[in-house]
Amino acid sequence: MSSFISFLINGISLGSVYAIIALGYTMVYGIAKMLNFAHGDVIMVGGYVVFVASSTYGLPIWLSIVLSVVVCTVLGITIERIAYKPLRGASSLSVLITAIGVSYFLQNAALIIFGADTKSFNSVVDFPSISLMGGKVIISDETIVTIVVCILVMVLLTTFINKTKTGQAMLAVSADRGAATLMGINVNKTIAVTFAIGSGLAAIAGVLLCSAYPVLSSTTGSMPGIKAFTAAVFGGIGSIPGAMIGGILLGVIENLSKAYISSQLSDPIVFGILIILLLFKPSGLMGKQIQEKV
Amino acid sequence: MKLKYKKKSLRYALITYAMVLAFYMVCEVMLRSGFMSSLMKGLLVPICYYSMLAVSLNLVVGISGELSLGHAGFMCIGAFAGAIFAQTAGAALPGWAELFIAIILGAVIAGIFGFLIGIPVLRLRGDYLAIVTLAFGEIIKNVINVVYLGIDSKGVHFSMKDSLSLGLEPDGVTIIKGAQGISRLPRNATFTLGIVLLIIALFIVLNLINSRHGRAIMAIRDNRIAAESIGISASKYKMLAFVVASAIAGVAGVLYSHNLSTLQSSSSNFGYNQSIMMLVFVVLGGIGNIRGSIIAATILTILPEKLRFLDDYRMLIYAVVLIVMMLFNSAPAAIDFRARMAAKFARHRNAGEVEDE
Repeated sequence: MSSFISFLINGISLGSVYAIIALGYTMVYGIAKMLNFAHGDVIMVGGYVVFVASSTYGLPIWLSIVLSVVVCTVLGITIERIAYKPLRGASSLSVLITAIGVSYFLQNAALIIFGADTKSFNSVVDFPSISLMGGKVIISDETIVTIVVCILVMVLLTTFINKTKTGQAMLAVSADRGAATLMGINVNKTIAVTFAIGSGLAAIAGVLLCSAYPVLSSTTGSMPGIKAFTAAVFGGIGSIPGAMIGGILLGVIENLSKAYISSQLSDPIVFGILIILLLFKPSGLMGKQIQEKV
Repeated sequence: MKLKYKKKSLRYALITYAMVLAFYMVCEVMLRSGFMSSLMKGLLVPICYYSMLAVSLNLVVGISGELSLGHAGFMCIGAFAGAIFAQTAGAALPGWAELFIAIILGAVIAGIFGFLIGIPVLRLRGDYLAIVTLAFGEIIKNVINVVYLGIDSKGVHFSMKDSLSLGLEPDGVTIIKGAQGISRLPRNATFTLGIVLLIIALFIVLNLINSRHGRAIMAIRDNRIAAESIGISASKYKMLAFVVASAIAGVAGVLYSHNLSTLQSSSSNFGYNQSIMMLVFVVLGGIGNIRGSIIAATILTILPEKLRFLDDYRMLIYAVVLIVMMLFNSAPAAIDFRARMAAKFARHRNAGEVEDE
């Protein structure tokens, strides 16, 4: 029982990271109607910025995290401006391939700049672990911080979207881009803001991911990126609470199947559950069913 | 009208076959006269199987209009079916017979998997279909990666733990060793065989596209509801395209496994990155354009090798080339610019002709 609880809590922690990444996926999908395959690699960039800032230049950890968020936000806006904006109005498949090109670019640029050897990442949080149930369940500090940050991000993001003008503009663009333009919403600016927020979140996810699994290489972000994409689809792509629930469920399923079934088969199990879910709810847990019209 | 359409499609097909044959002859001449570097020699068979994969994926993505991100999974099934056959029943056969049966086997097994996977997948639309095909591709790769298969006098043994739990007799042989895969493969695939298979695949795909069935598939792609209302069964025709594409991918997999000495179901061989690379071939070659897929697959297989002198910068340049090509091909502004340039050029030429008169 106690081991089950600790697996569960670790799963929620891993799921929180997926959820933060999935938020970026789902927001960009909802607003720009594109699958940003390069999103996972922004996570990796976020991790490297913190690594370089804190290990090489000896900056304090809070400053390097801030720096990482800033760098990733700027990177997100730049990628959108250079690679995706010219393709607005082109087929979604060409945008997808361009996103793949950006993903290759970021991975290989990181490979050249930081080298092929994996870096060991020092955890950014440092306070004692908590033990529960008379020491049977030990929750590491990274786990707690990850879960807390995830809740915080969720609350802030929901407030931002529901209470601010920019947030409302994002909702409007995602509901109907044409109508939003007619209402005087600057669609280009809104999409840029979405990329900025998504990439900033990716930086945070990168720091949390690298703290929990302390290795950093140029492909660090790709598998969590794909998993988060799965999580976004799981929850219903385009839906923000869906991304959150999908991410956490995915993390829990992955961790429990790693613990109780097989560590090598955890990925097939996660993907298998996604397939079964989509058979019964073809647009994910919280996705909107869109009626097809003739 | 109908005749004109037929003539056009026939010409397209003939030019495509001629192009493949010309490529084959140029390569053969270069091979015979020793002009080809050993690097290029190693790329000849990969060009064939990547072209086949691109052609078959184009059938799904371009003709049937379903974004599939799991094509490498079918290649993986074909590769392992072919390799297992080569290590068991095929070992006693002469090389050509073994290859022939392995290819048929790879096509049939990958086709069956295509059918089974197609049942749930083809019910979904758009990006949901994409993620589910990606999921199936990853499942296939990961499951094969933990399979242990052995054979002895008592029959076939199967395990998902390790080779010891197979419980083989002393005379038994382990065929698949989990993540280590299948080793000591015959490596008897040749460039000629690859070209023959590519032409057969082309023949199947081009004939399918230009048949009544192909037109039904494209009608469903363009407007599913309209097509269904005139009595075309959407699920049947989508399935047809999907199964044919899977079977061709399976054959490409057999070719792949017969070109290696060790076959492993690793991420770098059959992961989603491979499926995405095939999609890059299809999109760069032109969605729905079969000839374009072959050209793109060939160029993009050679390009990274030719860029080897750039060392570490190789893949970076490849990525930049990919982005720039996509922008140039698909950005509305670039399309406008090209149209303007073409108009200007045409005007100049017309002006020249007028002067000549």
